[in-house]
Amino acid sequence: MLINWYRFSSPVSFYPLAGSLSHATGVLAALLAGAGLFIALFVAPTDATQGDAYRIIYLHVPAAWMAMFIYLVMAGWSAFALGFNTRLSAMMGQALAPTGALMAALALWTGAFWGRPTWGTYWAWDARMTSTLILLFLYLGVIALRNAIEDPRRADRACALLTLVGAINVPIIYFSVQWWNTLHQGSSISLTAAPKMAMTMLAGILIMTAAAWCYTIAVSLSRVQAIIVERERGASWLESLIAVPEA
Amino acid sequence: MSEFLAMGGYAWYVWMAYGACALAVVIEVAAVRARRKRAFDELRMSATPPRQSMLGARGIR
Repeated sequence: MLINWYRFSSPVSFYPLAGSLSHATGVLAALLAGAGLFIALFVAPTDATQGDAYRIIYLHVPAAWMAMFIYLVMAGWSAFALGFNTRLSAMMGQALAPTGALMAALALWTGAFWGRPTWGTYWAWDARMTSTLILLFLYLGVIALRNAIEDPRRADRACALLTLVGAINVPIIYFSVQWWNTLHQGSSISLTAAPKMAMTMLAGILIMTAAAWCYTIAVSLSRVQAIIVERERGASWLESLIAVPEA
Repeated sequence: MSEFLAMGGYAWYVWMAYGACALAVVIEVAAVRARRKRAFDELRMSATPPRQSMLGARGIR
């Protein structure tokens, strides 16, 4: 059965879809996080070198991946917003930015508390950490730019441009451990080679990453519903969302 | 239990990391809920015609 995806590019058609998806992924996020945290804290064995401090990996890796992925998704929506001039694409970018910023901040925070006992420092100006800090600044910059511009459609275009320009930072973060001599280790998980870690640890990381994905989708779709209501003021279909009491 | 909380001596690091993530989730979910509530409240305010508002109910024109 073919679905006409284009009808979802209009706010009135997309709104109910966003609602159902948000609820479904929210429930899924809770279940996955429950399973992932159980593995992270109770099932996975203690690391031989790092002791229990390594358990931060189950938060740090998902947060860092999400920070990068969300930015790429935002860049995708920004390309659509500029290319097709669609409001909803820009609204999706607007909805994702706060969650992306939070993921970047958590990646830096959890990384700092993992680095202190293992590397001896909360922070170093190495390639990956610095470029992740820049990623956080980009997220905050897009949000600040949105708040600074009165006209929503002008804000859409400006934020889309800033997002796209900043997108070069994501491959820099990803490849930094290969390109430069960094404090940060190389990647432990690869699409082509066998993982260099115990299977329970890998399972825990993957489940927590899936949980982070579902959480992100749930929160940003809920946020985009609020944004649609805010920005589509005056559209008559919105009235069906609220019960207007008869006098 | 206390052994679990001690995290092999790394309690400060592990719980600062897990605590921050828990706090972040709680705050973000609360913030989105507040944003939705404000958006719908403003929608209700703008959608309600004057004669059905509180002014009209008290018989004030």
